[in-house]
Amino acid sequence: MNVARPLSGAAAIAGIGATEFSKNSGRSELRLACEAVLAAVADAGLKPSDVDGLVTFTADTNSEIHVARSTGIGELTFFSRVGYGGGAACGTLQQAAMAVATGAAEVVVCYRAFNERSGERYGLGQAERPMDTSADRAAYAWMTPYGLNTPAQWVAMFARRYMHEYGATSEDFGRVAVVDRRHAAVNPAAWFYGRPITLEEHQASRWIAEPLHLLDCCQETDGGQALVVVSAERARDLPHPPAVVRAAAQGSGADQHMMTSYYRPSISGIPEMGLVGRQLYRQSGLGPDDVDAAILYDHFTPLVLPQLEELGFCGTGEAKDFIADGHLELGGRLPFNTHGGQLGEAYLHGMNGVAEAVRLVRGTSVNQPDDVRNVIVTAGTGVPTSGLLLGADG
Amino acid sequence: MSAAYEDRLRAFVGREIHPLRPGQDPVNVPMIRHWVEAMEDDNPIYLDEEAARATGRDGVVAPASMAQAWVMRGYAATAAAKGGGGPADELTDLLAEGGYTSVVATDSEFEFHRELVPGDHVAAREVVESISPEKATALGAGRFITSLRTYHDQDGEIVAVQRWRILRFRPKPKPQKPREPEERPEGTAAERPEERAPRPQPAINRDNAFWFEAARERRLLIQRCAACRTLRHPPGPCCPECGSFEWDTVRASGDAHVYSFVVNHHPRHPAFDYPLIVAVVELAEGTRLITNLVGVTPEEVEIDMPVVLDWVDAGPESSLPVFRPVAQEGQ
Repeated sequence: MNVARPLSGAAAIAGIGATEFSKNSGRSELRLACEAVLAAVADAGLKPSDVDGLVTFTADTNSEIHVARSTGIGELTFFSRVGYGGGAACGTLQQAAMAVATGAAEVVVCYRAFNERSGERYGLGQAERPMDTSADRAAYAWMTPYGLNTPAQWVAMFARRYMHEYGATSEDFGRVAVVDRRHAAVNPAAWFYGRPITLEEHQASRWIAEPLHLLDCCQETDGGQALVVVSAERARDLPHPPAVVRAAAQGSGADQHMMTSYYRPSISGIPEMGLVGRQLYRQSGLGPDDVDAAILYDHFTPLVLPQLEELGFCGTGEAKDFIADGHLELGGRLPFNTHGGQLGEAYLHGMNGVAEAVRLVRGTSVNQPDDVRNVIVTAGTGVPTSGLLLGADG
Repeated sequence: MSAAYEDRLRAFVGREIHPLRPGQDPVNVPMIRHWVEAMEDDNPIYLDEEAARATGRDGVVAPASMAQAWVMRGYAATAAAKGGGGPADELTDLLAEGGYTSVVATDSEFEFHRELVPGDHVAAREVVESISPEKATALGAGRFITSLRTYHDQDGEIVAVQRWRILRFRPKPKPQKPREPEERPEGTAAERPEERAPRPQPAINRDNAFWFEAARERRLLIQRCAACRTLRHPPGPCCPECGSFEWDTVRASGDAHVYSFVVNHHPRHPAFDYPLIVAVVELAEGTRLITNLVGVTPEEVEIDMPVVLDWVDAGPESSLPVFRPVAQEGQ
């Protein structure tokens, strides 16, 4: 263990498992969670009784005790939740890695499962949600009476300002969707398998919230995804090459709101993601030049651009050129969302992206680039968020 | 609206517009059965004696929200649609005289004092509580009429109280703009202005109530730290600059410019016309605010464009600040 950076290299992701990704699973969210957890544990070459820690999202309806009891996981010495919607994704892995690094638990499963398409759809917005007097609910008082209700609308406000400041266009956002869908088109697990799109189709798709077209918005999905974290040392004895957690971090920026941090001096960046990125590089001792592939949260295309800037892959305002130059493609400088992203594969609140990063380190992605050693993964944008740097062992 | 008209309206406040009048039938199982079947309410306590007794009741009870049903005048009288010339009809006629010819129910709040059982005989009376000044609403200019209905049993005891609010309004002509193919099919609420839903209401708590209360009186406030004088929005309990919990407010000048904006198309909320412009404006005082832009088309909006404060009524007890372009010289 590196004493100066005790988290880096201490833990590894040894197993991944998921349900199919659908629009109507036809079964309970708890069942989806159990299926994903058992698949991940089996992939790690372990038994449910080996698991002693569980981590999920505060947004998840499947409490740890129900998952543990149902799957034959016995005693738990560590259980934890991470808040802020999709911002939690990499944060669950950070919780697991810290638990393993400190000895609080030995085998921790992170999971997320929901019927987000056939059940409660986030895309429909907050206008009709139940009232209470909490600060979280009161925050919506500044938006919903004006009809600013949905995630697409919240993101569109940032996107418009970003376009104004840096001269980015809808086509620059569209190129992100085209890459996602190209990668999804060859991924049999992806909802949009076999269905790539062109930039012209993106431009012709209907408006959702200008400047966002339909094809700037990710789909909604039913499904579950789980990942198993153990010590890096133990992972070496398990069936798959370890995806070592080189760094894991959370970040909440100054003057942070949920999806509507419109009151900062500038709203064209994502300072909470910059905060995550600086921690990832400091913990790992790596820099942007050491990163071989990126899984960037893509619930909406526009916020991929400032992520590239905040994480140091290009200068501020230059992401549109970085993307137009083809750097996100296979064979480019930074192959991106090789599973198809949330636009193309599935919207699993970022957890399917973490699983793809594991496959990239294992060398088993359907869009495997050559020589991947380090992969960066990000969680939800516009919210308090998190990130991971996963690397090959040795 | 003349002062005399206002006086005539005001005379109805506190007046009984429906005297205590018993329903046509006592509470009975066949009507309960029809109701719960129509409502798809399968709670057994309404029809199954044994199940009702298992819950500690003496026998089956009527669904609480049927209170209103027991005193309805029935199909024949409704089909005849003939007013009886009582005070309720006088009020309706007076409102029609003011141009308020359309009606939509906006609120019904019930308090139930006891459960009704077969054999009870319900009577109800209705008293006008308030008649609002004319308010601009999405449906058209109108007045909110709030009344209190009390439901009594055969012994004169109160079994339920209902606060009932309707909007009597002057219907606006339908907007004549072309519909895009992506819009909802005809016949949805969004397409029928007379069924326009109220805007989503803000969640009010101890930290934001002052702002919405001032907005109701059409004053746009900005919270100010009483110690270091820093302005802040959205409001909060504590100053992020100096940590003081003491605060007061300043009234915004109403001058602002557009900082960013979106044009919403989908999904649609029935309270709004689409495309809907939502903007973040920066007030002259320096704080920002989420709002709507009015009096401008989506194509005309630009970042940095100067705008000025205006107001919309968003419900019976809510006004919201919106912004419109500053009028150009000579236009």
